[in-house]
Amino acid sequence: MSDVVEKTLTALPGLLLSLDSQPGAAKLCATSRLGSLVRSITELTSKNVGEEMAEPPAGPRSPKQMKEIMVRAIYCEMLGYEASFSYIHAIKLAQQGSVLEKRVGYLAVSLFLHESHDLLLLLVNTVLKDLQSTNLIEVCMALTVVSQIFPKDMIPAVLPLVEDKLTHSKEIIRRKAVLALYKFYLIAPNQVQHIHDKFRKALCDKDPGVMTASLHIYLKLIKESPESYKDLTDSFVTILKQVVGGKLPVDFNYHSVPAPWLQMQLLRILALLGKEDQRTSEMMYEVLDESLRRAEINHNITYAILYECLKTIYTIHPKSELLEKAAKCIGKFVLSPKINLKYLGLKALTYVVQQDPNLALQHQMTIIECLDHSDPIIKRETLELLYRITNGQNVSVIVEKMLDFLRLSKDEYTTIDLVGKVAELAEKYPFPYNSWFIQTMNAIFSIGGDVMQPDIPNNFLRLLAEGFDSDEEDRQLRLLAVDSYLSLLECDTSGLPQRFLQVISWVLGEFSFLKEGLEPADVVERLGKLLDDDAITTETRCWVLAAMSKLCGSSDALCKAEKVAHKYTSCLDTALRQQAVELELLGRDVDLRTRVLPQHVIGFCVWLQVDSSLSFLDGFVSDALARGAAPYKPPHQRQEELSQEKILNFEPYGLSLPVSLSACSLTDRQSPTALSLSSSLSGNSADPPLKAGSNLLKLEGVKRVWGKQGYLPEKQATEEALAQEPSSIFAPSHQQACSESQQTTFSTIVEQDQEKRQLASSLFVGLGSQNAPCLLGKPEASSSQRFRRKVRPEDPSDVNRSLAVSSSFSHSSSALDVLLDNAIPDPTAVCLLVEPASAQNLSDSTSEAVPAVGNTEVVEASEVSSLSGGSGPLAQPSSQVERGLESDLPSRLPATLVGLLRSDVEELCSGESLSLSACKVFDADALVLAIFLKGAEFVLFSLFVCFSLCLNHLYSEGVAQCQGWEEHLNLGEASLYHSVSPPASCSCRPLPLTTEEYGKMWLSFSHDVKQNLMLLKHEEEDQLEAALTALKEKLCLHIVDVIGAEGIMACQLVSGRPCLLHCHTHGGMLAIWLRSPIADLPDCLLYHCQKAIQER
Amino acid sequence: MQFMLLFSRQGKLRLQKWYVPLSDKEKKKITRELVQTVLARKPKMCSFLEWRDLKIVYKRYASLYFCCAIEDQDNELITLEIIHRYVELLDKYFGSVCELDIIFNFEKAYFILDEFLLGGEAQETSKKNVLKAIEQADLLQEVRLGGGLFFLGFNSFH
Repeated sequence: MSDVVEKTLTALPGLLLSLDSQPGAAKLCATSRLGSLVRSITELTSKNVGEEMAEPPAGPRSPKQMKEIMVRAIYCEMLGYEASFSYIHAIKLAQQGSVLEKRVGYLAVSLFLHESHDLLLLLVNTVLKDLQSTNLIEVCMALTVVSQIFPKDMIPAVLPLVEDKLTHSKEIIRRKAVLALYKFYLIAPNQVQHIHDKFRKALCDKDPGVMTASLHIYLKLIKESPESYKDLTDSFVTILKQVVGGKLPVDFNYHSVPAPWLQMQLLRILALLGKEDQRTSEMMYEVLDESLRRAEINHNITYAILYECLKTIYTIHPKSELLEKAAKCIGKFVLSPKINLKYLGLKALTYVVQQDPNLALQHQMTIIECLDHSDPIIKRETLELLYRITNGQNVSVIVEKMLDFLRLSKDEYTTIDLVGKVAELAEKYPFPYNSWFIQTMNAIFSIGGDVMQPDIPNNFLRLLAEGFDSDEEDRQLRLLAVDSYLSLLECDTSGLPQRFLQVISWVLGEFSFLKEGLEPADVVERLGKLLDDDAITTETRCWVLAAMSKLCGSSDALCKAEKVAHKYTSCLDTALRQQAVELELLGRDVDLRTRVLPQHVIGFCVWLQVDSSLSFLDGFVSDALARGAAPYKPPHQRQEELSQEKILNFEPYGLSLPVSLSACSLTDRQSPTALSLSSSLSGNSADPPLKAGSNLLKLEGVKRVWGKQGYLPEKQATEEALAQEPSSIFAPSHQQACSESQQTTFSTIVEQDQEKRQLASSLFVGLGSQNAPCLLGKPEASSSQRFRRKVRPEDPSDVNRSLAVSSSFSHSSSALDVLLDNAIPDPTAVCLLVEPASAQNLSDSTSEAVPAVGNTEVVEASEVSSLSGGSGPLAQPSSQVERGLESDLPSRLPATLVGLLRSDVEELCSGESLSLSACKVFDADALVLAIFLKGAEFVLFSLFVCFSLCLNHLYSEGVAQCQGWEEHLNLGEASLYHSVSPPASCSCRPLPLTTEEYGKMWLSFSHDVKQNLMLLKHEEEDQLEAALTALKEKLCLHIVDVIGAEGIMACQLVSGRPCLLHCHTHGGMLAIWLRSPIADLPDCLLYHCQKAIQER
Repeated sequence: MQFMLLFSRQGKLRLQKWYVPLSDKEKKKITRELVQTVLARKPKMCSFLEWRDLKIVYKRYASLYFCCAIEDQDNELITLEIIHRYVELLDKYFGSVCELDIIFNFEKAYFILDEFLLGGEAQETSKKNVLKAIEQADLLQEVRLGGGLFFLGFNSFH
């Protein structure tokens, strides 16, 4: 059928021409044309569709006819036939037609076009005209189309008109205007920033419709910064009270529930406002209670409100009374016979179960039933719930259930998601038995195939390579893996996904020597068989060859491997060819082979060291910079610039060596732990045998995190808890299981019941009485990992901050110019103070900001008084200058800065008669750079620049040389040049935490980096302490606790963003593990740690 | 809400409204996939679906399926009620609506939808107000057809 359509469509131009030449044929247009079109389309074959669609694009047509044609075009588009020729006519119709044709024209435009369509620009004028029209309907139509599709760039053109409509006398116009502004806010939030107080007016509108519409905006605003809208809590609560109390007109009732949409919107807003805020939460307890109480009618809409209410109650600061009621409501959902409600009940349980695992226990029989439900959606949601209550005791049952579901599921999206979760569970609780772990991972690899997240195999390999506490345990696990893969290779391998084959070849290459009596040659042969399959990809072939080169210890194996490799030495794929050539070279050079392939060293990847900061390239980079190469820009910055540059680049792309190399260095640095074969094959190393190991080296550098019980840092806590509560853990869940099943399943057959009960006890084991370790450990950990995928890599506020910083730079330099013009005859002190531009912590930092602002005045006052007093005060400092900088200049600091931590005064540069010195003063929320310009006779002036520090700062400096702050001072004949780069380490402040707080925060942070650093001074007795002290001094970290060979530290950026460090020494190495809620922070802090340790 | 689709039991699309910018190709693909998935579900099954990263809420009225895509944090039940309210509106406007009404007057169905939902959010939840707005616009149309009095619509809009 589709080719018929295609044929008719290609014949379209011809048809159009013929129709044009016979005007009579097309002039049949009448009001009933759509009807006949619909009929003919439904009756006839698709052959006629093209013909019917064939509307002459030009020609004399009245708007009325055009309207008919447009309706037909919309219909055709809906059926899936493209009618792009009619788009322009839709716009014309909206422009030219009278009201009723306009309506269709606008409709067609909103259906045909999308926001970035070029033709939309042609509509702007029409919209402008209609917005100014005196006809209400035209205004309505214009507002409707504006809030559906409008080009972002043209918003300023209509914004004033739409704004005016907010005060229109008709509520329908006001309502639509508010929604149009909502739309503008969504696509370009900056452009409507100035009308935020008008939103407040809309919120207070006497018409409930307008007020409801304004809530859409508030929901978005509050989601972004709940802090700034706390003052509105009271209003929202009052509105909700009125709505619940039935104070709105009956019009807004829906099935006798007053304004449900409004209620839900308000509940959602309250949840955002009350989250983690006890005081605000207390304001809403009463109204939430009221809402719960009122929602009694058995109708969907009341359940919708109830559900939203539950979510709010569990989000805000908890109140036990409300929680109890909410728990009862969840029961109503879960036990409901209606499947939709049951689904929502499960969802609510999933949401709640982390706070209250007992709820899952109460409903365990229902959960078991849902697990076998015929509807896959219910099953899926149940698994999600089980995933949240997994612990060390029930993990194998739950994973089994998940794998069962996966085997039946066809949906790719579900597979990816669920496979990730199974892998996470298997890694978190890896050792009920070693073999279980390997089998589970095998199942994951074969089911997840090539769609799963690539970090699953990476993590698995890392786990294998790194090992655990006991060497024997490691050996066993690796041996099991080797065994299971060897037996897999025996069978048919054609069905195995590529990723799995890659894992297999890596493991065999690395660990097959552990198996006694297994000849490397055998392994090489089996691996070689893999290559015979045509379906296997080049990437996998690379992995196989890499594995073979590791097995080349014996001449027998070498011989076989060379034979295989020889085939690929002329391969077209460069990566593969390189691998093959390397293998050949390795075969020829015996010395090299014995050096890079030592026999039987367990975990020989461990002693390979990586300098992940690539400090050996520093000289190269600075040379390149000196020669005028562009400084390195991190990828996100490049991306931004690219997107800003819309102009086509007509220049040929130059290949600049330094830039490309530093780019390489960064990609490596950014992912020090990623196991990526491709990067090791990038081909700029001269030493091929290193290559074979270079995919290994990225594996190491990771601390031991996993022990027998799971996660090491928590192990102690869990053990303690377990010790306090002896084996009676099992008893309560059993009891409850029994009583519950008696209540709910009277009618079920005893046998079935027994079965289910068994399942229940295996599923819910360890849930009830184990609260303490549960709350502290696993559930939060899982939540943090769950959030990891959702967290955006870039925090939008950072962009603002970087803007603020750059403007502060330009400010200071321009102010300096002014200063130099004016100040020289009459030396004065100048103070520039750029307030920390953090929109987020505005409210809580206002108190701190006030003294900071105070600073300015103090400085100015003191300086002016001391300097303008005439020659006397001026002469005094000059005598001090002779005595040296250290004693003199710091005393010139204003009183507010004197007590603070500061660096030594350094002379930055000096000329014949002038010198420039500076020192850094660490204020609580800023870095103050005090600059002193000193003449031969006296101090000319002091300049205090207060940098607002932020992540970007740290980041840019960490990655490459920060461009810094350059300035020329031209003072008569004396000319000075200096560039100051605000040191990144200055942005850190100690974060005082207790060990317990640290533990909680650690679990909730999602971004982490791990790295092993070489401690150079082996002779030291307490290496850990020495390292910690060095870090503390260099980076202003706070040492939280030291336990044995492990130490934990915490710091925060001046913006208040925390970063946690975990250090662990073993054998001259310092394993550092950093975690933070911000994506790039751990990475760049690691760089500074490394520097600090090296410089020590 | 991300989009709303109306389709018949035979899988024919009757109405589509997209609140997120997507390419035509993407739209067609989504429509095809969703129609297949929804039609394959049994009547006793749950009205909610997880599909890609979206949630699909659908309901069948006679021979027509109403199907909405919402985001994860949105409330499924209220979406179901949005569908129901839309059906109520259609019913009131057409007077016991049937599939044919929507086929032959689909532009009217669009007008009603635009008056009820704007940019994916519920615009006016009072049934009376929505219908009043539609009637005013229609009245204008009829007056224009009859007497050609252009601004009468404006005057009667109160």
